[in-house]
Amino acid sequence: MSLAKRIIPCLDVANGRVVKGVQFVDIRDAGDPVEVARRYDREGADEITFLDITATHDNRDTMVHVVEQVASEVFIPLTVGGGIRTLEDIRRMLNAGADKVGINSAAVFNPEFVREAAQRFGSQCIVVAIDAKKVSAEGEVNRWEIFTHGGRKATGIDAIEWAKKMVEYGAGEILLTSMDRDGTREGFDLLLTRTISEAVNVPVIASGGVGNLDHLAAGVLEGKADAVLAASIFHFAEYTIQEAKEHMAAQGIEMRL
Amino acid sequence: MSSVAVIDYGMGNLHSIAKALQHAAPQVDVQIVSDPELILKADRVVFPGVGAMRDCMQALNETHLAEVIKEVAKSKPLLGICLGMQALLTDSEENGSTQGLNILPGHVMRFSDSLVDAQGNNLKIPHMGWNQVQFLSHPLWNNIPQASRFYFVHSYYAAPNDRSLVAATTDYPTAFACALAQDNVFAVQFHPEKSQAVGLQLLSNFLHWDGQV
Repeated sequence: MSLAKRIIPCLDVANGRVVKGVQFVDIRDAGDPVEVARRYDREGADEITFLDITATHDNRDTMVHVVEQVASEVFIPLTVGGGIRTLEDIRRMLNAGADKVGINSAAVFNPEFVREAAQRFGSQCIVVAIDAKKVSAEGEVNRWEIFTHGGRKATGIDAIEWAKKMVEYGAGEILLTSMDRDGTREGFDLLLTRTISEAVNVPVIASGGVGNLDHLAAGVLEGKADAVLAASIFHFAEYTIQEAKEHMAAQGIEMRL
Repeated sequence: MSSVAVIDYGMGNLHSIAKALQHAAPQVDVQIVSDPELILKADRVVFPGVGAMRDCMQALNETHLAEVIKEVAKSKPLLGICLGMQALLTDSEENGSTQGLNILPGHVMRFSDSLVDAQGNNLKIPHMGWNQVQFLSHPLWNNIPQASRFYFVHSYYAAPNDRSLVAATTDYPTAFACALAQDNVFAVQFHPEKSQAVGLQLLSNFLHWDGQV
């Protein structure tokens, strides 16, 4: 008997609509975040993460509304990331029904923001999202750096040191995305995941690169992740979350089935 | 129509718990309230909470809701959730040492930083995710399969002085009390409002409970 590893589908939402092609044939409106969330909940998702990629600030009110609607019908933990820059942003999302918020670039620009957020709202709801990219050459000691702007802008910050610092500042969880693997379908950067997971004592969610169910299992077994996040393999209905869970359980991973 | 009051003392989001209660029992009048009179008038009371123990107790004392909760604990079904469970105990290690409401005698302790699982991996703190609940007989577990998984997120846990208060345990990595029961008071460390079907069932059971064991 022990704590289950989690599977977290991630939805990109812009102006209140799910983007990046969710392709379910059996739901009426594949762009409706509420319908998609309901479907993932039925399939057994352990949590759902929404990434708000809305371009303008005005449209962020729409995201608050989305969270309210989802939280009224789907009774599993909800995380919202994207554009969280102020304590007021966090307060609004939590009041709308989010359980956690993901903080990414705002933490890089101002690490104290994470400390303030954790003090005000508790570490349990502060997820620091880390976008890391390998910067060491072949044959050198492995080194990953934090990148911002969707992986385009280097910061010179060492990813492992950064993860430790964020936990010290009050992050209750780390969402770790390999920018080398994101979108490749080649699997997680397992070495990066394992290195960070062993360096911090808070849960680590592996993200970036999932192309099949073995990748999810490897994230836990080799990457030592506490949870695995994926988007496209679920959106395109290649696999259901239930299938993913059964596949992982068959490899000896504790799952909520 | 029966009513349930969700105590609002300014600590965190009550939207989810109110929606889950409404979903679990559509015929029940769910109110989010801070007015002592309305709390005392409700048929049942839910005492939720997230965040730090010291802030929680400070808010309860400033709003005089501490006394109201003690009154409720003597008279009608009361459900403490997460920090709302921990605050019912005598004291907590969190923030140095913080006095609780002392409705359930016992202490709140932090998980040790050096815990390892059966495979030798370090256990993470907070204890976050879906873990199995082994329960003893109580009306609030009706229609819930033994060893069901509920959603947890916490770094501290309740250790009651009297083991007979334990209504359920969870392993992390050794057993801790994840639910306590004393007469008309029931308290859970996990979040029923975030535990999907089994969580809604527990809330429904609470909304139909007469406070008798």
